[in-house]
Order: sequence, then structure tokens, then C-alpha cells
Amino acid sequence: MIPLVGVLLVVLATIALGIYAKQLSKTAADFFVASRSVGVMMNASAISGEYLSAASFMGVAGLIMKNGYDALWYPVGYAAGYLFLLLFIAGPLRRFGAYTIPDFAEGRFDSPGFRKLAVLIVLIIGFFYTMPQMKAAGVTMGAILGWPYWVGIVVVGAVISFNVALGGMKGITLVQSFQYWVKMFAICAPLFVLMAVFGSYSGAVGQNADDLRGSPEMKQGAEISVKGKEAAPANTLVFTPETAILEFPEGAKIMKISPSRKPEPGEEPIPPGQLAMIFRGGTDGMTGRTRVTTDHIELPPGGKLMVRGTVVMKNHLRLLDEHYRVVSTGPKLEFETPTKMTISSFVAGGTTGSIAPNAPTNAKWLNPYGTLTSKWGYPVLYTFSLIIALVCGTAGLPHILVRFYTNPDGRSARKTTFWVMVLLGAFYVFTPIWGALGRAFSPELYASTQTDVVVLKLPTLIENKMLGEILGAITAAGAFAAFMSTFSGLLVSMSGAFAHDIYGKILRPTSTPDQQRRAFQIAAIGVGAASMLLGYFVEQFDIAMMVGWAFAIGAASYFPLLLLGSWWKGLTAKGAATGMLVGGLLSLAAIVGHMLLDKKVLTMELPPIVRALMEQPAIWGVPLALITMILVSKATAKEIPPDVTLKMLRLHAPESLGYSKNYVD
Amino acid sequence: MDELRSTTQEQEALLGRLMRRQARLSISVALGFIVILIILPLVNLYFPDIAAKSYTGFTLTWICLAILFYPLTWALSGFYVKRSDVIEDELAATETPVAPGAGDSMGAAE
Repeated sequence: MIPLVGVLLVVLATIALGIYAKQLSKTAADFFVASRSVGVMMNASAISGEYLSAASFMGVAGLIMKNGYDALWYPVGYAAGYLFLLLFIAGPLRRFGAYTIPDFAEGRFDSPGFRKLAVLIVLIIGFFYTMPQMKAAGVTMGAILGWPYWVGIVVVGAVISFNVALGGMKGITLVQSFQYWVKMFAICAPLFVLMAVFGSYSGAVGQNADDLRGSPEMKQGAEISVKGKEAAPANTLVFTPETAILEFPEGAKIMKISPSRKPEPGEEPIPPGQLAMIFRGGTDGMTGRTRVTTDHIELPPGGKLMVRGTVVMKNHLRLLDEHYRVVSTGPKLEFETPTKMTISSFVAGGTTGSIAPNAPTNAKWLNPYGTLTSKWGYPVLYTFSLIIALVCGTAGLPHILVRFYTNPDGRSARKTTFWVMVLLGAFYVFTPIWGALGRAFSPELYASTQTDVVVLKLPTLIENKMLGEILGAITAAGAFAAFMSTFSGLLVSMSGAFAHDIYGKILRPTSTPDQQRRAFQIAAIGVGAASMLLGYFVEQFDIAMMVGWAFAIGAASYFPLLLLGSWWKGLTAKGAATGMLVGGLLSLAAIVGHMLLDKKVLTMELPPIVRALMEQPAIWGVPLALITMILVSKATAKEIPPDVTLKMLRLHAPESLGYSKNYVD
Repeated sequence: MDELRSTTQEQEALLGRLMRRQARLSISVALGFIVILIILPLVNLYFPDIAAKSYTGFTLTWICLAILFYPLTWALSGFYVKRSDVIEDELAATETPVAPGAGDSMGAAE
């Protein structure tokens, strides 16, 4: 009940601020770029508020809990991307003085055709980024209040569409900066209480170093719920080589039992009966068990399965002196339908909690090159590709870039970026603490593949239920602030694309600013409705994965465009367009292909290095886009705009030299 | 015609001066950061013992990546913002402003 109050407070404050800001927003310039008069601190809070999405607020803590050190690169990359934005893009982009990023694409090359492509990519990135916000809203409502998936989507979608339609960019600037401070409070305040109760950050990290071969242990009786096969690979439990008893109060349908360890070449397959047994016996673990004979099995309500860690098998490599050898592997169980269970293991005279399935060992979690980056056997390549994706992707997100137009001039755009980095760093430094505490104190989230709700679940584990509810209410409010502020930025950027670029520039070039303002309001409602609908259909998709798509496209399309467009006179519209398409589409294709292979929709044997490069395409996608842009521009050099020097002066000359002129006032 | 060409050449030269100074600053800060971004994963790879050295419960590499990286980005961006303001002030003081109205030829949409 109390978490509902937290969520309601944030939602009501958001609506109230939106209504208040309505009186401030009158002209088209107010709606598109807040009349270019947002102060440095206000804009820095608003950009940070917009940037810290569901993926940052919930996803990063969850990724660190799941993957440990390797995932620390996520928050670092998200924050460090702004450094490159600052060094190469922020100042020139603001001096260009457009309303939307497609304005830059058209104006820099005098190419109306290029605007169409640029709008298309804004909308693709926008919708890819919107879907995970919507999913997070639905899932959070479900996790804290048990409401159906669509409720959270409708609440966030309706409130924000209303706000954006009412006040446009000027209206949401106030709301987003307020929401930054809500998130900042929500990520750090509960942690101080949690650390006082559970133990310190350094302790939670350090206990991994004390027992490198160990894994986190769940409390006895902890209830685990696994998803069904439609959520694959989240329907899987991977066990460490320990004996454990699984009890299914509502029965279970296991579609596949296989060893979790990869077989060595020439090794005889390990039969399922070696891995799992149907269990009816007592606490000694020795009586009343039957070997499983098939690799799939159905258990009645109350049924028990015993999984084993040590497998004895014939060594067929040495046929002459046929002998037995011991292989150490736990089973991997894949469930057909959503299943509830408890897991326990034996100690002398009874049972106790068991090691959490799916959790990486302490060494893999604590040390670099663990489960995340080593997945395909090329950890260094994976790490660098991930860094490039995050850093370049941040500098290529149109809904973030458009906010730089709200600054009065290039100088304040740079100052704003500096403060954004301070505000974001202050936020992100807390996310690993959630991950470390989550690993130590709620390891059952590993088994349920729910590590990305750790910020919501951890507070509820406090003994004092009242205090736990209050802390839970704070993190729930922070989560809601995250979806709402990011979605409002996306909605402004997409509505701007429809109202300014498509309606105002392509369909009706003669429209008045007032007509464009009205078009913006209509577009906001239309895009808001479309986003809610899309959000409804992506329940089975992974939040971090969808955000990854948006980053991959941004990194290989907008980032190269803005970098070369601001710094290289020789770039032509054809060169830029080809590079954006080649880089953006191939990266998208690689990442979607990876997902289809992962979900086993596609079955194809590819070398592991190809899979690694498909999952993290930035290391080839970004250079490919840059090289394509350069080569095609060289070939079409006669199409360089004749006044390119003046255009470049507009981007680089200090305002006082008088070369600056807003592309759109 | 001659007058126009000389204006263009002047602008060309001005742009060269502006961009060179701005680019030199941006690239040197970027290189500094890129070197750090490259070194940390390589230390993790080749000197895992140093990376895993324990201080107050944390490993050394955890402290670097999870904590110290943020102040580092602040220092680099703070330095850049200061320096680029200085460069801009110097350029504004030494270069001649464009004649009023000259910007109109730039083909603004509205």
C-alpha cells in the first residue's frame, strides 16, 4: 500500500508541474526548444533527468548484480559518453541553432532529402527507446502492487502525453529536472538504511574475494518463480555441482534436462538420469529416489526433483581398461511453463538453503572478464566493443541532443554538459552498491532471472516491515520518475519530428508557427497512444536489450554524422546518408540476428567470434559508418555545399564574431 | 568579384585558425581519456594480480572503475570547459567580427 502512495505522489507532482508549466509555454519556440533560454543548472538537471531511464535506474543495478565487474562498464560508459559529446559535439551543435536534429542534417548540406532519412532514424531510435520504458512501467506496477502489466503503461503513457501536449519542451524541462532529484534521492537514501541493516558496500564486495570458488547461498524456503519457454532463455536454471532438492508446490513441466557444462570432445553424452532423480525420500537423501529416464519430465503438484553435482560415467576414450571417472557438473533445466519452487540442500540431519542457480561464482563476479564478456570466448574484444557502443551511442541519441538547443549559446551548452557529467556520476556511483548488496542478500533473484528488480525487492527484505515498505515506496517513486522523464523527452523528440520535420517542413512548408505548435500537440497525443500500444506487446523482451538496440543504431548513425558534420568540410549529404544507413542498419541487423539466435527462433551454427561481434557490433559498426561516409563523400566531392566555409564558421566561431545565426529562430 | 573572393579567403583562413585551436584542445583531452579507457582493460588482462589487490574489501580495479572513474571524467571535462572558454575569449578579442548582415547569406530556412 505504501509503495502505491510513493508512486502516486510522483505522478501527481508530475501532473501539477505540467499544469503549472503550461502558463509558461505559448509560442512554437517554447514547445520545440523552450525558447533557447534554459539556464545551465536547470538544463543540466533536465538532461540528467531525461537520460536516467528505466535502464539506468533499475537495469544497471540488475546488470551489476548479475554480471559483477564486467557490468561496471555500463554506468561508466553511460556517463563517459558525455565527455565525447562535450569535446566534439555540444558547442557546434548548439551554435547551429536548429529545432530538431533533422534540421541539422538538412541545413548542414542544403539537402531536404536528407531530412527525410534523418527523421526516419529519429523515429526508429525513439520507438526502440520508448518500448523498454513502457515495459519497465508495466513490470514495476506488477512487482510492487501485483497489478496487470498494462496498468503501469497506461498510467505513464497517459500522464506524460498529457504533459507534453500541454507544455511541450518548456513544460517538461521543469518536470524532468524535478525528476532527476527524485531519482537521485531514491537511488541513494534507501541505500544508507540498507547498509546500516545488512552491512557495508565494501563488505558485500569483499566477501566475494574471501571465497573465490564459492557462490551466494539462498535462505531456506526462499520461493523462486521461473518463466515459461516463451521467455527463453529466462526459463532456464543452471545449477552448480551441488546436490539440491527442488520442490514444486504446483507441479512442473521440464522440457529439457542437460548438463550445464560443455562436453569435452569425444565425450559420451551425460544421460539425464545421472543429473536428476525423482525424489520421494527422507532427509538422508539416499532413499526413495528414481533415476529420470528421459530428458523431459512432468511432476505432479508437491513433486520433488533431486539434482546432483557429481556424475559418474564410463570413460569411452579408453575402451581397453574400461574405467569410471567422475565429472563435476550440475544440470541445466529448461521449463516449459511458468513454475514456482523452493530449493534446499542437505546438511547432516536436515536440509538448508542451497546455492542460487544461475549465479556466477564469486571469482567470475568479482574479477574482470567474467560471465558477461567471456560468453563467446573473446572477453577483451567484447569489453572494448561495449565501451565504444556506450560512449558513441550516448553521443548519438537524438532525444538527448535536442536538449542542447535549449541552451542560450555554445558556451552555456558546454557548461551544461559538464554539470550533466557531475550529476550523472553522482547517480551512477550508487548503482554498483545495489548490485553488490543484491548479490549478498537476495540471491534468489538470480534463479528467477529477475535481477533487474533488485532496487525494488531489496528494501522489502528488511525485518522492520514498515521501514521496508517506506524504502520500497521511495525506490518505486524513483523508478516511476525514471520512466516518466525519459518518456517525456522521447515524446518531445518524436512529436518534434512529426510536427516540425514531417508536417512543417515536408508536408506543409507554408504552415505558420502557430499551426506547427498545434501539430506538435496532436502529434504528442498520437505518438503517446502508439507508444502505449507498442509497450503492451514487448512484455517478453529484455529491457537492457531494447536499450542496447537504440544505442547501437545511434552510435553507428547519428554519432558519425555529427562528428564529421561538425569537423570535416568535405562531408556531403550522399556520404553522410550512406554511412548512416550502412552503419545503422547493419548494426541493427546484427543485434536483431543475435537476439533471434539467442531465443532459438533462428538456428544456425556460427563461430563464437561472429556471435560476439553480432551481440556487440559497435567495434565494427562505428568505424564502418565513418569510413563509408568519408569514401562516398570523396566520390561525390562536387556536391559539397558552396557556402560550406560559412556553415562551418557558424558551428565553430564564438557568437561574438557574428557568424552565428539560428537556423530556426 | 575580387572583393568577394578575398572575403572568402579570409573566412577560409579564419575557420582554419578557429578549428585548429579547438580541435587541438578537444583531441588532446580525448586522447588522454582514451588512453585510460584502453589501459584499464589491459591491466586487468595482463596484470590480474595487481588488479585484484585488495584495499578495504574492494579490489584495486573495482575502486578504479566503480568509484574513481567518475571524478576523473569530471576533472577532464572541467579542464576542457575552462580551456575552451579561454580560447574562445582570445579568439573573440583577436579576430575581427563579421560585418552586420553578412550572416544573412547563409541560407537560413526562416
